[in-house]
Amino acid sequence: MTALVSAQPGLAVGASLKRNRRWALITSYVFLVLFAIFFLIPPYYMIITSLKTDAEVAHLATNPWIIANGPTLEQYRLLFTGTDFLIYFKNTIVVTLCVVAITMVVSVLAAFSLSRMRFWGSGILATGIFLTYLVPDTLLFIPLFQIVRGLGLLNSYWSMVLVYPTLTVPFCTWIMIGYFQSIPKELDEAALIDGAGHMQMLLKIFIPVALPGIIAATIFAFTVSWAAFVYPIAFLFSADQQVLTVGTVTSLIKADVYKWGMLMAGALVAAAPPLIVYAFLMDYYIAGLTAGATKG
Amino acid sequence: MADVALRNVVKRFDEVDAVRDINLAILDKEFVVLVGPSGCGKSTTLRMIAGLEEVTSGDIAIGGEVVNDVPPKDRDIAMVFQNYALYPHMTVFENMSFGLKLRRVPKPEIRARVEKAAKILDIMELLERRPKQLSGGQRQRVAMGRAIVRNPKVFLFDEPLSNLDAKLRVQMRTEIKRVHQQVKTTTVYVTHDQVEAMTLADRVVVMNAGRIEQVGPPHDLYHRPKTRFVAGFIGSPAMNFLPARLEQNGAGLMLRLSQELLLPVPGGHAERYRSASGKDLIFGLRPEHITEPRGEGRNPNCEFTAVLDVVEPMGMETMVFFTINGTEICARVEPSAAGAPAQPMRLYANLNHMHLIDPATDLVL
Repeated sequence: MTALVSAQPGLAVGASLKRNRRWALITSYVFLVLFAIFFLIPPYYMIITSLKTDAEVAHLATNPWIIANGPTLEQYRLLFTGTDFLIYFKNTIVVTLCVVAITMVVSVLAAFSLSRMRFWGSGILATGIFLTYLVPDTLLFIPLFQIVRGLGLLNSYWSMVLVYPTLTVPFCTWIMIGYFQSIPKELDEAALIDGAGHMQMLLKIFIPVALPGIIAATIFAFTVSWAAFVYPIAFLFSADQQVLTVGTVTSLIKADVYKWGMLMAGALVAAAPPLIVYAFLMDYYIAGLTAGATKG
Repeated sequence: MADVALRNVVKRFDEVDAVRDINLAILDKEFVVLVGPSGCGKSTTLRMIAGLEEVTSGDIAIGGEVVNDVPPKDRDIAMVFQNYALYPHMTVFENMSFGLKLRRVPKPEIRARVEKAAKILDIMELLERRPKQLSGGQRQRVAMGRAIVRNPKVFLFDEPLSNLDAKLRVQMRTEIKRVHQQVKTTTVYVTHDQVEAMTLADRVVVMNAGRIEQVGPPHDLYHRPKTRFVAGFIGSPAMNFLPARLEQNGAGLMLRLSQELLLPVPGGHAERYRSASGKDLIFGLRPEHITEPRGEGRNPNCEFTAVLDVVEPMGMETMVFFTINGTEICARVEPSAAGAPAQPMRLYANLNHMHLIDPATDLVL
């Protein structure tokens, strides 16, 4: 009898917990589905539009959400053969690879020295680097224009290789400082005693251990460089020097004529590399490499 | 193999003196343990020997050579850290061979040395694993292995067992001692655990507030502490301290502990303490020297009765707690003889092991 009495409240608590959990799950699913639909509608619309003919896009009576006259790759063919899209694509790849490489070399070295070599003013410098990131590119492009012109790099995509790091280096350095600081100090001390110099310590201990951080920073530098708009529109004029973001827009929008099909096709093709980079690096990004370095 | 010498070593962090003018000579092949409470400067001292902290003033010599300005890698030392500090992205084999690789030791020799160390530590089957796949005890073995393969002049241990659970700690303690007996490398070991210090050390260095309180073999420190700090720090449970006064009683001396409690100082000690008679002192006696009345030649005048507050059976022995003049006293008695709480118990203080401390200087008389 006593057992029965004491078991009852337990049962009730268990049941209400189960009900709570079910409601929490239902609510989560409802909002997640709404969220997913909200964010997947634009890409869906882009894909649909890019597979239509110009005539169908322009026809006001057709339903914009479906392809009525059968899908076609005509827009893609025109984009690759009739425009300078492939030149923009190549320019963007060159610029992005250079910017990512420069950014990673500079910010890894900077972060390592700022987080590990105690020197006078290192704290202020670290904060200073972050502050430079807070200045928006819409403010910086005017003075940078003077500098780029002074260097004779106006209307050359190499100027992008020079100016994009002003956006990427501060932020990546900041991310890397955080990562390097999370590496236990004993690890460098063990390496020092084992006979490593600063460079060996960086290459053989810090970079492998902080790989998730380095990949996060690489993704950031890649995204910024791939999607930058203000600097190329200010510094690049001719088609052969143009990058994807500005090139696609300027060549496919002529006054009030919008080539919607090609614009959508171009935007989709341009969005593919960042998607691939994310998908490929995400596993590394999540892997917790520091587990087991110290206790715990 | 080498000796280590610290001469007038001082370490100052900004305005704080972490280590104040210490002198210490560690012999070749010796196992020296630096022990003391948190913040006593023991770890800083070890880190200065390692070269991870600069010396503010004074000299540190390893193998007769002053190494103040020698970087850690050229001091030929190996260190085991409290949190192991294993390289997480390397296998056990790579962890252990990292130092040898940097020193460009030929590959076959690296393999031979790693395997030899792995055999000593019984971690042969772990060589291909990564640190996160190891238990705490295994990680600690790998950290020791990394030190052993280098075959350094000096081993430095910085509280290597603090992160292990109690059982494993005792096991690894034995392991460390066994390894030292096998490889016989000069070892400096830092711990805050006085039991570790007593069990491992050839000589124990007790530190307090940046100074060395006393250096000596564990037995010496236990039986002949020079200061109140050492007397209280070494031994578990800690030594009982009680305000006391020496009173002249004809040719002999009596120790007054309270209004009612007056104990005779053994004849052998009376001469030594005579000059302190009439002064306020602190009387120190270890719990194991307060027992139920036992032993052949005991002085019946050293027996007294106390009402017990708390009784703690430990199996082999029982701790009983009572108060004298408001000060809690611990005694170690035979389990069969232990009384019950709130009951009086007849006890015997073996004053042959007593210590008297001058409260003005905290020195043992």
